[in-house]
Amino acid sequence: MHETQYAIEMVNITKKFPGIIANDNVTLQLKQGEIHALLGENGAGKSTLMSILFGMYQPEEGVIKKNGEIVKIHDPNDANNLGIGMVHQHFKLVECFSVLDNIILGVEDSQLGILQREKARQKVLELSQRYGLSVDPDALIEDISVGMQQRTEILKMLYRDNEILIFDEPTAVLTPAEIKELLQIMRNLSAEGKSILFITHKLNEIMEVADRCSVLRKGKYIGTVDVATTTKAELSRMMVGRDVEFAVQKDEAKPEQVVLEVRDLSVASKLSKKNAVNNVSFQVRAGEIVCIAGIDGNGQTELVYGISGLEPVQSGSVLLCGKDITHAPIRKRSLLGMSHIPEDRHKHGLVLDYTLEDNMVLQRYFEPEFVDKLGFLRRKNIRTYTERLIEQYDVRSGQGPVTLSRSMSGGNQQKAIVAREIDKDPQLLIAVQPTRGLDVGAIEYIHKQIVAQRDAGKAVLLVSLELDEVMTLADRILVMYEGEIVGQLNPKTATVTELGLYMAGAKKEDV
Amino acid sequence: MILLLQYTLIFASVLMLVALGGCFAERSGVINIGLEGIMVIGALGGALVMKFLPVSVGVLPMVAITVVVSALFGCIFSLFLAVAAINFKADQTITGTAMNMLATAGATVAVKAMNTAASNGNDVSSDIAYIHAKDLFIVRLGQFEFNWFMLVAAICLVISYVALYKMKFGLRLRSCGEHPQASASVGIHVQKMRYAGVLISGLLGGLGGIVYITAGVSVWKFENGVAGFGFLALAVMIFGGWHPLRIALAALLFGFLRALGNVYAGFDFLMMLNIPSVVYNMLPYVLSLVVLAFTSKNSRAPKAAGIPYDKGTR
Repeated sequence: MHETQYAIEMVNITKKFPGIIANDNVTLQLKQGEIHALLGENGAGKSTLMSILFGMYQPEEGVIKKNGEIVKIHDPNDANNLGIGMVHQHFKLVECFSVLDNIILGVEDSQLGILQREKARQKVLELSQRYGLSVDPDALIEDISVGMQQRTEILKMLYRDNEILIFDEPTAVLTPAEIKELLQIMRNLSAEGKSILFITHKLNEIMEVADRCSVLRKGKYIGTVDVATTTKAELSRMMVGRDVEFAVQKDEAKPEQVVLEVRDLSVASKLSKKNAVNNVSFQVRAGEIVCIAGIDGNGQTELVYGISGLEPVQSGSVLLCGKDITHAPIRKRSLLGMSHIPEDRHKHGLVLDYTLEDNMVLQRYFEPEFVDKLGFLRRKNIRTYTERLIEQYDVRSGQGPVTLSRSMSGGNQQKAIVAREIDKDPQLLIAVQPTRGLDVGAIEYIHKQIVAQRDAGKAVLLVSLELDEVMTLADRILVMYEGEIVGQLNPKTATVTELGLYMAGAKKEDV
Repeated sequence: MILLLQYTLIFASVLMLVALGGCFAERSGVINIGLEGIMVIGALGGALVMKFLPVSVGVLPMVAITVVVSALFGCIFSLFLAVAAINFKADQTITGTAMNMLATAGATVAVKAMNTAASNGNDVSSDIAYIHAKDLFIVRLGQFEFNWFMLVAAICLVISYVALYKMKFGLRLRSCGEHPQASASVGIHVQKMRYAGVLISGLLGGLGGIVYITAGVSVWKFENGVAGFGFLALAVMIFGGWHPLRIALAALLFGFLRALGNVYAGFDFLMMLNIPSVVYNMLPYVLSLVVLAFTSKNSRAPKAAGIPYDKGTR
């Protein structure tokens, strides 16, 4: 009988949390030296499964086997001893420590308690050479790029001689060039005999790098397929349980009058003395989607803060439907027809400890529909209104309008914000990374809503870091680099490579 | 002049010890507002030793036992904070405040009860005198009175620096105050490290307490607590940027100002200015306000200080 030797196996794992079965009889088998993708939507149970493998949780049922033998993993130390290492989605790095200190933390070489940093440095340098992971061991984490932080995390695993490497959504925070580099690193690692578990919901990356792929859906194990013999459509059907449209259907844009006009806008930076946004000018017309593309941290956030009024502007002006709103208060902007789906839905989008219905009327509670002449809220109307939005925009929540916003899933929180902002019937919709952290189903939905707004004759300003999103949604792309707009592209004629060059600052045109 | 130096050094020793204590706690992720109370309890322990241990035991046993007992008292008292903040995830500021109130009140009651019992009710004060024992701590070098506590403080400074920055223990402790989830992910037991941080702060805080009450006088009235020195030490810790060496410098500065209040009368030109003595006494407190107002914006507290560690958050 032919029996494959697995590096690690999780057999029939079941893990329950109060009110939910996070993993329902899940089996995952990782072969020696392969890159195995674990695919699933948000909340499908990927993180729970990995936390079990890493010893953070104990499963109710099922066993973990290493090389065919049953092992018990009680805490991260056990996992480490079994050679299991993990790059967490949110890096587990101490920001004010050096790269070296972060790598050795927990497995320090010491004599009489005194750290032996020199020896560790040699080993780190050796590893970084061997696997092509360039890092500066003495740099502080807070000073280095996200890509280098990730390489530090990988070195952390290698320093511990881990054989089974788990990557939890590693590409979410990277630029296209860094993603390419990371995928190459993963190939190198697997060529050296390391077994890799790659958690993601990006199908392109799976197709590119993985050998096999296991799919989870709502805590259940759906199946494992060979990547070579499958397609993106097949994978997404397994993940979502139905066919998903990748390309958003949209007709030619019919731009009309100018809705938003930004003239020579400069916004100060919180981090440095230089302006985060420098002399930016552009227009957004009714009936078109203008997309600001760029690598995170090139001034997009501050640009939107300036336009939406979250931060004062340094100089320049902002006009909405011909009215100067440069220094207008946020409520006035809102009343003039500006809607804003903010980048940080927890910070600017919702009051997390308010109920859903209270969040839905945050910008409208003062309207006669929701408040009477004495200043008392018309609770009944607020309830009815929220129920309509929930129904219309398919916002799912445990207790309907009175659900505490904090307890809702990220996707549904985002849907609630989208519902609120769109239902205001704005002239201008500003959407900043509206699909960040969402799964394909929710992404598809939000994309459709944004296109529908455009078709209804609204002006849409979209800020996105996702190249796919930029290419599919935009009618016009403006690329931001170091606080300036360095290029304007037509998504129909431009290529991703070209866009990438602009984003990296390698190419520039006068706009 | 020599007197000024002497007082500067002894007050700086107090501030440094207590501030280092605060530093260990906060570096591990627990804010220790209760240092004031810990000082009082440590002072009580030390004062009792100095009162009851016969002077005939000699210098070394006297110094050693006083140091150990006051540190132990502080350490045990700091368990309040450790249990409340680490096991029960209580609000650390409130716990610390409660400890401060409890310590002064508790020490006063205890000392009063003791005095009342010993004097058949004639003495209901909250005073403990330790005149003879105090002499053992002092070595006269010409006019300068060297105090053994200064040496103890200097040793603590060196040990603290090495422990925090050169040792495995310090690396782990500091990681727990910055990013406990990261520490846990590499197998460090966050709760244990935080216990260590808080208990060390109790140790150093208690030690600072006995140094403080023996610094200038030979009798201490426990009703007075430690006159806000615990809070002053917190200011020193913040001004020193949670770093032992900078804390030492900050302690010297604050110690100098505090000493000025004690000895300004010895300087003719200061006397000629005719400034009321309260102004000198206020100086360190006023300075701490000013300093914190200007530096706190840029100061970098350990990121996770004050936040109970929760396994579930990522």
